[in-house]
Amino acid sequence: MKFVDEFRDAELGQVLAGEILNAVEPGRHYKLMEVCGGHTHSIYKYGIDDLLPENVELVHGPGCPVCVMPMGRIDDGIAVAARNEEVILTCFGDMMRVPGSEQTFLDAKAGGADIRMVYSPLDALRIAKANPDRVVVFFAIGFETTAPSTALTLMRAKAEGVENFLCICNHVTIVPPLRALLDSPDLRLDGFIGPGHVSTIVGVRPFEFIPAEYGKPLVTAGFEPLDILQAIRMIVAQLSTGESKVENQYKRVVPYEGNPAALRAMAEVFELRPHFEWRGLGFISQSALKLSEAYADLDAELRYEVPGVRVADPKACQCGEVLKGVIKPWECKVFGTACTPEHAIGTCMVSPEGACAAYYNYGRYQRGRPAEEVAV
Amino acid sequence: MTEPATTSEKRIGAGRPTAPGREQRVLEIIETARMKRPRFKDTRITMSHGAGGKATQTLIEGVFVPAFESDELAALGDSGVVTIGGSQVAMTTDTFVVKPLQFPGGSIGELAVMGTVNDLAAAGAHAQALSLALVLEEGLDAEVLKAEVAAIAKAAASAGVSVVTGDTKVVERGLADGMYVCTTGIGAIDERAALSTGSLQAGDRVLVSKTIGEHGTAIMLARGELGMESDVVSDTRSLWPVADALLDAVGTDLRCMRDATRGGVASALNELARASNVGISVREADIPVIPEVSGASELLGIDPMYVANEGVMVAFVAPDAADRALEALRAVPGCEAAVELAEITAEPPGMVLVETAFGGRRVMDLLAGDPLPRIC
Repeated sequence: MKFVDEFRDAELGQVLAGEILNAVEPGRHYKLMEVCGGHTHSIYKYGIDDLLPENVELVHGPGCPVCVMPMGRIDDGIAVAARNEEVILTCFGDMMRVPGSEQTFLDAKAGGADIRMVYSPLDALRIAKANPDRVVVFFAIGFETTAPSTALTLMRAKAEGVENFLCICNHVTIVPPLRALLDSPDLRLDGFIGPGHVSTIVGVRPFEFIPAEYGKPLVTAGFEPLDILQAIRMIVAQLSTGESKVENQYKRVVPYEGNPAALRAMAEVFELRPHFEWRGLGFISQSALKLSEAYADLDAELRYEVPGVRVADPKACQCGEVLKGVIKPWECKVFGTACTPEHAIGTCMVSPEGACAAYYNYGRYQRGRPAEEVAV
Repeated sequence: MTEPATTSEKRIGAGRPTAPGREQRVLEIIETARMKRPRFKDTRITMSHGAGGKATQTLIEGVFVPAFESDELAALGDSGVVTIGGSQVAMTTDTFVVKPLQFPGGSIGELAVMGTVNDLAAAGAHAQALSLALVLEEGLDAEVLKAEVAAIAKAAASAGVSVVTGDTKVVERGLADGMYVCTTGIGAIDERAALSTGSLQAGDRVLVSKTIGEHGTAIMLARGELGMESDVVSDTRSLWPVADALLDAVGTDLRCMRDATRGGVASALNELARASNVGISVREADIPVIPEVSGASELLGIDPMYVANEGVMVAFVAPDAADRALEALRAVPGCEAAVELAEITAEPPGMVLVETAFGGRRVMDLLAGDPLPRIC
């Protein structure tokens, strides 16, 4: 594919891998977090770990919107769909298998709830228009990447006077969980690969606090393998000189100021929740969005009774520490025994790309190569 | 600022058992769990159980195989092989519930014939007789039925097989998507064949008979949910000419064949790796995919290796026979794009690894259920 394959060139990858190998100081350990789930996906898909020296470790961050969804919110969605016959609950595909306290959306669908997978919020609105005698509830998830499309869909529903379209808003924002991670005293991270998709919306500026206040470099990166390697190269270069600043590797897509039109739409439709629970990270204040006053009549949480019960992460679950890079997956008390990919307890085991699921499935076979074989 | 590596390494896991010992123990627990026969613990059937991934495997190996105590079934081949009056006969059955009934490049009737013919071909048998059972929905347009009956007749004639018995049931409106079709087929095992799912050895080569992922992509796009259009057509065809050519060229050096339908080539490889307790190493750069399929997969975040085919044979051959087998394959009309794409390895048993085109490595596991589009 044109304009894609260029960023997957294996020879250039070897060159970058060689540069990284030359730039790292032997004996020093580099722990870098890729914030975004999309990066984690690329890292696995292309086997980027295998191209890195052994002392460069990638830690998978909290940027997978599916994995961070607390069980209570899933229960709320299921309750709305299962208790109200008129409701068609719609959501993105990767939400279908995320466990609530008792079941997933897929289980609830098998139990009779009308739950349908859509590819965009506009598809959900289309279903609403095609089924005027039903109420279509869109279970909105995602960071700033997907929030604007939810906002625009709600604006359109309102403008067109569609009365049977509602939203359960689970949109979250990226900066508060990053700050929460950075504030924890046992943090062990040296730098960040910044979230490329989120940055197309919010820009690069919101991440300036990371070097300014915490002295850690952040490089916003694209999602092709060369993007990620180049970002790692840039972070290692900063660490070698003792610098820390925000850099933008993904300039071909991410403007410094983000996308003002998208931000305006979000500002009109959403307002900050006082706090929101993150699976594995606990409550983080002002970290999520709900519908604004002006859009309250489209808020399914106000129209329907939702249990709103907080389902605590099991005490033994140590996802937070895995996310912060304090412990490795296998050091968690429940890893591989009570918590497995088939019956996941914590966020890191839920998604196949979560740190724990990846280690459970592939731990024995990853990073098998000694550094000297990695690159020329 | 960054702490020296030594300090942080010391702190990690402080107060825990020494790292290598504990990590080793955890890995052993996982390995034991992986090797165990899967137990079926679900309380309801969900769509995942029909997707050909892990959930399907759990249902088959956890419920069906233990219940029927049949060695022929336990071999988990595409067909069961029984001895009747001294000759070896392959028998297989398949149910077709595809939506829409007609799609670019084929229809449910043609599929119902070829699917069964191909499962027999994979067992080394030329289909001789088919049964045909139809479940029709009240209100089905008679013209639609006639068109499918004609498609069945045409496909049977082209595959050289007779429909010798049948059954018809009608269910109330809403209980079936127009029509469901079930076919059962039998055929004598070819005398040139000595095929077994458990016969793979380190060094053996894996060939695919053509480009992959076209049937599943055509169906997904034909449903019209994605708002994408393309010229991709289903690859529905008889695979007996493929099996015939391979048996002719390499005879007993052909270890095993698999019709890579639901779950795609990746699932077929995983099933065989498990059945023969060997590893399989796939060279990603050699996977044959047409640009339309790789484009659609890219947009949806789906790997073509997991997408269904209806005309792709995966063949496992002895190392010395690989070149002859490939030459014979490419001489079959429609199989000009056949390639060798993987090699059997001794380690790690039961797993499929991919050498990525970018120079890294990853595990290609069975999917939990349907491949779901990703949002992040």
